[in-house]
Amino acid sequence: MKALINFVETKVKPNFEKGGRFEKFHRTFEAFETFLYVKGDVTHRGSHIRDAIDMKRTMVYVIIALIPPLLFGIWNVGFQHFKATGEEVAFIDQVLFGLIKVLPIIVVSYVSGLAVEFIFATSRDHEVNEGFLVSGMLIPLVIPVTTPLWMVALATIFAVIIGKEVFGGTGMNILNPALLARAFLFFAYPSYLSGEVWVYEGAEQFIDGFSGATGLAVMAAGEGTMPSDFDLFFGFIPGSIGETSTFAILLGAIVLVATGIGSFRIMASVFLGGLLMGAIFNLFAVNEFMAMPAYRHLILGGFAFGAVYMATDPVSASQTGVGKYIYGLLIGIITVLIRVVNPAYPEGMMLAILFMNVFAPLIDHYIVEANIKKRIKRMKKVRVQTQA
Amino acid sequence: MSEEKNNFPKEKLFSPKNKRLLSDPIGKDNPITVQVLGVCSVLAVTVQLKASLVLAIAVVAVMGLANVIISLLRHGIPPRIRIIVQLTVIASLVILVDQVLEAFVYDVSRQLSVFVGLIITNCIIMGRLEAFALHNKVWPSFLDGIGNAAGYGSVLLLVGAIRELLGSGSLMGYQVIPNFVYNFGYVDNGLMILPPMALITVGVIIWIQRHRDRALVDVS
Repeated sequence: MKALINFVETKVKPNFEKGGRFEKFHRTFEAFETFLYVKGDVTHRGSHIRDAIDMKRTMVYVIIALIPPLLFGIWNVGFQHFKATGEEVAFIDQVLFGLIKVLPIIVVSYVSGLAVEFIFATSRDHEVNEGFLVSGMLIPLVIPVTTPLWMVALATIFAVIIGKEVFGGTGMNILNPALLARAFLFFAYPSYLSGEVWVYEGAEQFIDGFSGATGLAVMAAGEGTMPSDFDLFFGFIPGSIGETSTFAILLGAIVLVATGIGSFRIMASVFLGGLLMGAIFNLFAVNEFMAMPAYRHLILGGFAFGAVYMATDPVSASQTGVGKYIYGLLIGIITVLIRVVNPAYPEGMMLAILFMNVFAPLIDHYIVEANIKKRIKRMKKVRVQTQA
Repeated sequence: MSEEKNNFPKEKLFSPKNKRLLSDPIGKDNPITVQVLGVCSVLAVTVQLKASLVLAIAVVAVMGLANVIISLLRHGIPPRIRIIVQLTVIASLVILVDQVLEAFVYDVSRQLSVFVGLIITNCIIMGRLEAFALHNKVWPSFLDGIGNAAGYGSVLLLVGAIRELLGSGSLMGYQVIPNFVYNFGYVDNGLMILPPMALITVGVIIWIQRHRDRALVDVS
């Protein structure tokens, strides 16, 4: 390791410094340099709260937290495929099949997104934004495995440019870039994001009676068979790559909460909001979807994934303590509301989070204002007491 | 017009100043991308190039004529009721244009529906009448009207072309993107047909324009 650092410092670095041969690309170099080892300086820009760790380390923790749903997702792609074709294959074949399908999506997402990042970093001369390390992993996890690769690339480029660079890069974005990429795909190519068959569609014929409909699609259409709660919780169901297994996502949530990166307040209040709205619908229960037990909303579709990885994005979420509860609760409530009331959008999580992203600064504003008012009142009281 | 020329024989019809009246609004003083006026109709009608073109022509006609009429009347309009007079002139012209459209291009006029009528509320027209036609002679006013309308229309056409090409794979209703591209797996972008994408397209045009002309960026 020492030798590597030495080599980089003495042989490679001078080329990229002022007057060096590749001066223009020194931001690109810097990005890779900090990726290899911890540098002396830490992140000092962006609207989020900073502390003693470089943002790159923060992002690495999130990547670690994303590993359980990713691994499960890879296996599930294979599992769903062979279930659809009715073949009995070994565990390792399922994983291999999943890898072949999922890896290209991850590679495309990273390559296209980082290419845009590097172009902007070079032309605007700012640091390469580490935020994309996470976004680039989140994007493949929130889309179905059947999405064509060029769409993934297009959505990623759109999300990085319109969602992030326009606002000034990482730490300045109003919306969560990964969700923006998904929203782009959802509205641009609806048939690829909300179809019936979410498992790999190849030349193979599906066995009779197999439907690739997700649980949410089943509920929205009012036909088909609902998977059992056990399958829903552990994720043996069709869906976007990383969203199916609530269990794997909870493992990731533990990592996020333990490292202090994901906000427990937001996660808990999103789940609470979902339960609350589900319970309210249960009271009325005029149709089958409304009568569905409230807890099932939490394990259906992308609810858990959104709550743990998307809603807690430190940049686009509310910053104040009370604000986080309000923000989370409303996400949960709106999600269930969209799911049940609007049959055109079976999955409300994405829209609910994007919607609340927009409102997060407003929530913060009123929380801060309320606090100022409270303190002014307290000051007045103290003054009156001291005068008396 | 000849009267005007006789009064001012020194100034040529297309003097540099007059030329700028025509060219500035298309470029660095564009009503949409620089002044950010009249964005509403850009979002609404630019799904297809044909509708954009018809609306652009309609606005050119209304704006050129309105500027000429108000410029002719400029000494006779009492200042206190000038807005109402301007509005009446614009409204009459818009009704004329609407009738012409319904007579000759009925389908497009249906498609544009209320947006032809809403030319009345297009703040660019009113703004030019207030700011220019009310204080200037007929010929420069005409050029100013045509220039601003062309600036508006050019953005309309650009956004319309981008949205129709990417959203429906066609231009003016004719398929442009060949079939083999579709066979290759290409799919039309449904988001382009939705109004938000018009806003983003206009935003990107503004971005590119300001990137190329730094003078437009107001650094405070």
